[in-house]
Amino acid sequence: MHEFRVTVGPASFRLLSQWAKPIEQMRALYGAYPTPQIPDFTVRLEAVSLLRRFIRPSAAIDGDYMLPDAAPLPLAQGLLALEMGMNLQMALGWRRQMILHASAVERGGKALIMTGESGSGKSTLSALLGINGWRFMGDEFALVDPQSLEAVPYPRLISLKNEAVAAMQAAAPHAQFGPLMKATPKGDIRHMVPPAAAIARMAERAKPALLLFPRFGHEPAIREMRPSETFMRLTQASTNYVALGEAGFEALTKFVQDVPARAIDYRSGEEAIELVEQLWEELA
Amino acid sequence: MSDAMLLVTALRDPQSVAALDADGWTTLLTMARAEVLIGALAIRLDGQRVPDGVAAILGDAKINSAYQRKAALWEANRAAAALAGYDGRVVLMKGTAYVAANMRAGEGRSIGDLDIMVAEEDLREVEKMLLAAGWEWVKEDEYDDAYYREHMHELPPLIHRTRDRMIDVHHTILPKTARPMPDAKAMSDAAVRLSPFQEGGLEEGLYTFSPEDMFIHSAAHLIADGDLAGGLRNLWDMHCLLTAFTAADAAYWTQLKQRAAHHQLFPAVSRAVRLAQYLYGTDIPADWRGISAADRLFIHRLTARNGRGQQTRKFTRFAFYIRSHLLRMPPLMLAKHLWTKWRKGN
Amino acid sequence: MSGDASIIYRAEPEEARIIQPLDAMTLIYQRRSGITHIVAEPVPEILAAMGDDAITAQRLAVKLAESFDLGSEGDAIAVIAERLAELAGLGLVEQVSPPDA
Repeated sequence: MHEFRVTVGPASFRLLSQWAKPIEQMRALYGAYPTPQIPDFTVRLEAVSLLRRFIRPSAAIDGDYMLPDAAPLPLAQGLLALEMGMNLQMALGWRRQMILHASAVERGGKALIMTGESGSGKSTLSALLGINGWRFMGDEFALVDPQSLEAVPYPRLISLKNEAVAAMQAAAPHAQFGPLMKATPKGDIRHMVPPAAAIARMAERAKPALLLFPRFGHEPAIREMRPSETFMRLTQASTNYVALGEAGFEALTKFVQDVPARAIDYRSGEEAIELVEQLWEELA
Repeated sequence: MSDAMLLVTALRDPQSVAALDADGWTTLLTMARAEVLIGALAIRLDGQRVPDGVAAILGDAKINSAYQRKAALWEANRAAAALAGYDGRVVLMKGTAYVAANMRAGEGRSIGDLDIMVAEEDLREVEKMLLAAGWEWVKEDEYDDAYYREHMHELPPLIHRTRDRMIDVHHTILPKTARPMPDAKAMSDAAVRLSPFQEGGLEEGLYTFSPEDMFIHSAAHLIADGDLAGGLRNLWDMHCLLTAFTAADAAYWTQLKQRAAHHQLFPAVSRAVRLAQYLYGTDIPADWRGISAADRLFIHRLTARNGRGQQTRKFTRFAFYIRSHLLRMPPLMLAKHLWTKWRKGN
Repeated sequence: MSGDASIIYRAEPEEARIIQPLDAMTLIYQRRSGITHIVAEPVPEILAAMGDDAITAQRLAVKLAESFDLGSEGDAIAVIAERLAELAGLGLVEQVSPPDA
């Protein structure tokens, strides 16, 4: 089996694949990242059957943690399958920080966390901010230390979907991009390698100073969110809140009381950045 | 390419891990996770010097087993509350029983569903009380439902509406269609009442199997019921049970033999004992010893795991898979079952 | 499952939970189950008023009326009885006697 190992923030992975191509693609994109000696997780791409290893090759995702009914992906989307496998390991198996389904960026030692469903634009926003004066910390998972409440960087490849692909290629023409994968279960996807500074500084934590709930495709608006509503939304956005027990409870209750939260609606990247800067100035 | 004897050795002799290099650790940890033994490994390696990365992984495993223990005990608590009006015995089984009784076999253990055993004639009543307390049916297919009720040894699975946790209600320990016929009533009669222990005290009114029946159930579950997937974990349970029970009662071996014979499960029990001794070094009397050729085949199947977490030894595994179906159902029934399922799928 | 006002309940001891009032809601972390409950009034008030006592909805209504305006007595008892039944389902309180037949 072909193998590639990578460290991203506090977590590390061993990626195994029966086919060489996805591993080569990973190696090309994660080239600047450190390599772990003893990885935290193993992800495997395996053929669904001997036949499907070669004919219309189809890759099943497996690993230390898995979802039993996960559908295999065509080999052309092998890179996506590996990324999904890595997400699955974190979502199901990570306990060292509280995981929030959120993106994060940093400025002046303070972190902005943006959380929302798929389609909220949190990934794209973090990528945009990451090339507009902010340090990119992560686009899929924000990790929060349960004792210090610091945000811990987890700068994986940025997952851009559909329109965001062209938008980011235009905004960051010198950035490194992965292959364009069309018609995946989540639409057209292309990965972007985070800026060099984000990778170099992946061990630098930051105190969250603002929490945003972005919503793409609506007239610009700002709504204050009270701690009780924020708490409810964040438990839904966390994959490991329950497993952290009392420490998780203490951490999240303090978080929602300490960190101001706003819901923002926006129609374009520019509008979003404006709202972000305005709220950061006011609240952070 | 290593097999799971690496994991077995680490559990049996924790100091042996001092010789592992980085890749050796990666292999061991991956195997442990694949065999659902990483929690037990973390407990066994307490006090051993390990690389930092390994300590973090084992620390996570401890967080997980502590959480699973808490959740399992809570499910037992809620089941006891729901069945407060039921005057029959409710016997906890498997992992929940081990943690409820504060046993070594429960330390670091991964626990999923709640398994309980009640009298066969009370199934309807128990079902009603659980439904009234917020559990609901999982299986929707009528054929599977009928199959479950008539031929298996449990109600179709129930899941709690808000807590999203499953409960399996059994009335015996093996499928009714299987050949050994254990005496479920005797198991219930011999069951031991739980006493509240320090961590908040579990309800009175819940029982666990007697020491002999507890081992017999575990052995039956592994050898007579299954295709041996997860067998290393089951045998670790059994090693822990035997070590604890034989230390507490010098007559345990004699009692175990008699009891196993009563349940028509002596072959399964004696095999389980031999396998536990071979793998984990359980201290067993001379008259229980003697690895056979068939035992070696079992060991071959049980250790069929590589350092990437994959199952190996396909043919051996396939042979055991077929065996497990044959054990559960007489061949004619198996054919009918598979035929009906195939017809539904088309 | 509506509540019977004569059932006697006892709450778990105070140490069994962590109470965190936020704005519109109160959070209750139940240590034994690891479950976080998000509740609104009068649940926190009911738990506080129960203390260590074994108590019925009827008597609780009287106790709470000393500090809160509960509306009509009949309504208050019915509401409290329902909340107690729910809390028993959650395991935050336990029933210590069967209801009268």
